[in-house]
Amino acid sequence: MDKPFAITLDVGSSLANRTGSWRTSRPVYLDRLPPCNHACPAGENIQGWLYPAESGDYESAWRVLTADNPLPAVMGRVCYHPCEDACNRGNLDTPVNINSVERFLGDEAIKCGWKFDPPAHESGKRVLVVGAGPSGLSAAYHLRRLGHQVTILEAGPFAGGMMRFGIPKYRLPRDVLDAEVSRILDTGVRLKLDTKVDDILAAMREGHFDAAFLAVGAHIGKRAYIPAGTAAKVLDAVSVLRGMEGEERPMLGRRVVVYGGGNTAIDVARTAKRLGATEAIIVYRRTREKMPAHDSEVEEALQEGVMIKWLSTIKEAGDASITVEKMVLDDKGFPQPTGEVETLEADSVVLALGQDVDLGLLKGVPGLEIRDGVVQVGPEMMTGHAGIFAGGDMVPSERTVTVAVGHGKKAARHIDAWLRGRRYTAPARHELATFDKLNPWYYSDAPKTVRPTLDILRRQSTFDEIVGGLDESNALYEARRCLSCGNCFECDNCYGICPDNAVIKLGPGKRFEFNYDYCKGCGLCAAECPCGAIAMEPEKI
Amino acid sequence: MAFQPIKFYQTGTFTVGNRLLEADQRSVQANTQRTNSLNSGHRACQGCGEALGARYAIDAAMNATHNQLIAANATGCLEVFSTPYPETSWQIPWIHSLFGNTAAVATGIAAALKVKGRHDVRVIAQGGDGGTTDIGFGCLSGLFERNDDVLFICYDNEAYMNTGVQRSSATPPAARTATTMPVGPEPGNVFGQGKNLPRIAIAHGIPYVATATVAELRDLEAKVRRAMEIRGARYIHIFVPCPLGWGHEAHDTIRISRLAKETGLFPVFEAEHGEVTSVSRIRRKLPVADYLRPQKRFAHLFGEPARLDIIARIQAVADRNIRRFGLLEEEVH
Repeated sequence: MDKPFAITLDVGSSLANRTGSWRTSRPVYLDRLPPCNHACPAGENIQGWLYPAESGDYESAWRVLTADNPLPAVMGRVCYHPCEDACNRGNLDTPVNINSVERFLGDEAIKCGWKFDPPAHESGKRVLVVGAGPSGLSAAYHLRRLGHQVTILEAGPFAGGMMRFGIPKYRLPRDVLDAEVSRILDTGVRLKLDTKVDDILAAMREGHFDAAFLAVGAHIGKRAYIPAGTAAKVLDAVSVLRGMEGEERPMLGRRVVVYGGGNTAIDVARTAKRLGATEAIIVYRRTREKMPAHDSEVEEALQEGVMIKWLSTIKEAGDASITVEKMVLDDKGFPQPTGEVETLEADSVVLALGQDVDLGLLKGVPGLEIRDGVVQVGPEMMTGHAGIFAGGDMVPSERTVTVAVGHGKKAARHIDAWLRGRRYTAPARHELATFDKLNPWYYSDAPKTVRPTLDILRRQSTFDEIVGGLDESNALYEARRCLSCGNCFECDNCYGICPDNAVIKLGPGKRFEFNYDYCKGCGLCAAECPCGAIAMEPEKI
Repeated sequence: MAFQPIKFYQTGTFTVGNRLLEADQRSVQANTQRTNSLNSGHRACQGCGEALGARYAIDAAMNATHNQLIAANATGCLEVFSTPYPETSWQIPWIHSLFGNTAAVATGIAAALKVKGRHDVRVIAQGGDGGTTDIGFGCLSGLFERNDDVLFICYDNEAYMNTGVQRSSATPPAARTATTMPVGPEPGNVFGQGKNLPRIAIAHGIPYVATATVAELRDLEAKVRRAMEIRGARYIHIFVPCPLGWGHEAHDTIRISRLAKETGLFPVFEAEHGEVTSVSRIRRKLPVADYLRPQKRFAHLFGEPARLDIIARIQAVADRNIRRFGLLEEEVH
């Protein structure tokens, strides 16, 4: 063959040179567990639903969200958002306002009338749920999705449980609650109101139920002995909050003293303020640091003019005044009396010292273990009696809506497995996507959006919702503040910065693949992946 | 800024792509239709900055010229690792010149195209810092002076890496190379006046001069695109770390480039007809020690005792760049 002068070989491509053989470590794509998902008591896939929300696909986002939690509009209002405390963006500027995006999606769903898909098949099994609070509703929803026939028996006149009878309207408007409850019922869940279960085994027998999930709320206010005059007005917090749902509002007077330091105490004091009390004073025996109430609520209460007397106990309640004793914290942080007393004028005293669950329905059930006023359950949420599961306030845990919704989901999975004669094993958790796994250089600087809050005067006098929602534009902005920790969001960085063209782009939604024939294992892709979705693994040589 | 940064779409325009942007707002490198002008299988070291810079620049130039491009390439790493006989990684018409004459070869190609009336075909000359600032400087200065229609791209890795890391006139002060060993009271390369080729190019008054780093793809692509809109002599100087010669981890190539810019040691700007027209500002200012420490060529500055005096002199170089180009948003006087 004729070749130019001094040329003896045909031109070849460098593709013949498989540089992949140089590699001592290889990059691999992986999903790490975002800290928000890790922190969510309801097990929401937060990063997963923020992802479609970032491109404005709110319905898909809502569907991913509701795969775990059927009450996003409620949760977007009342959740104490541990996800935001865990959010990696907090290390950059401020955490993503996940809670407000959740609320936006929930409100959007109500506005647009999005419905849950009906179950794909019917299992023919019947499950009884006792109590239509957050855990009961959550369990019913998930069981229904899995194809079971679900009946909820609720003792009260409305569904919602503590969401209705414990959380004031200014935090959770009732039309929002009603909308989310009726959407669950639309999937075919049956709800019987004003039906108190006195004997669970009898109820299961009569209704031919194959399993039961007990989700009775803590509606009984704890009492403490306080020497009180005959004319003294001493009420309990649960009754006061429950009374707010009735025709007649509770009469608390001009000067109201609330005894306790939990969220319920705060709710009652703020409610009293709205009912026209000139003074609402919380008496708490320890300090603000020790207070179990959430800081945001304490702060809002103080803004509204609620006063708090720290390190104080009520010694005696008279007809128009109470005697308060000052306390000091000892070395172990326990309050000790000082003997120093003062008198406060008070028209009424509301006790917010914690709540108990009415466990009457469990009488005569063999195998149950009840300790500290709650039912003990195993890791599968099953009580000592086979086929009876329990969750929410009834079992040992933090008593929040979010935890309750999580219990409902978890129990539903185990009940489903139990009904099929199997065991549910949760998929293995991914490694946590901690901040050091990210390359935060790539994220734009973008501080958090602040939700509008109601004017202070209206907060003190009306039960209007205090915290406003986001609109479309700032909800989108907020969603896009998500760093997508540990999960590829297709930023093309690995594809672009590979000096060896050894990354294959598979197209929108399909992510990427490595071409190990040419990847030299330099690790640039792993180092420059913004969200930590690439790891380097030693090559087996 | 050579391009309009997108303020906030999660990562804005910091990342290579962004699924939230319109297709025409995305970078050339994010596109599966990119030309891969420098294809897989080349023999550059792991994490090579020069390979990365060449991929970015030539793909962008191909995109800007509708693939009507010829490149002349000086001897150096880029030529050696891409074309071991008889293989080539180049997917463009490409010619290897001598070490020192690539500017002249490109001038010749441009002249031939002019004679043939092929105004659609554009010419690029490219080489390393040795072939640009030392050996090829005479030819390059001639190209500038004649205002020939060539874009010259210098991939600056601050020494002769191909032959074993010898000092070039682009080697920074105090850096260790095979010929500037860290011994004596003034270890490493001398603190000379340096030979700042982008500023020399500006002094020629040519239509377009720009600097870029491999840490800012968008900026680099925009500069190549801009250069291709202009006829006449153009010069782009790209900062490309060399893991082997500089002694840093292969996965740190982009981080080191970013640090060079954020410390002010490598000012990123563009100039037209002898005047600086825009600068890429420092986003988060950092001390030069952050840039020096991860590189073994500066390890002798961080021994026992640390040479704080030399680090301070390097800091002074960075501070002078920041003042000269106004690299900080608000300069505190």
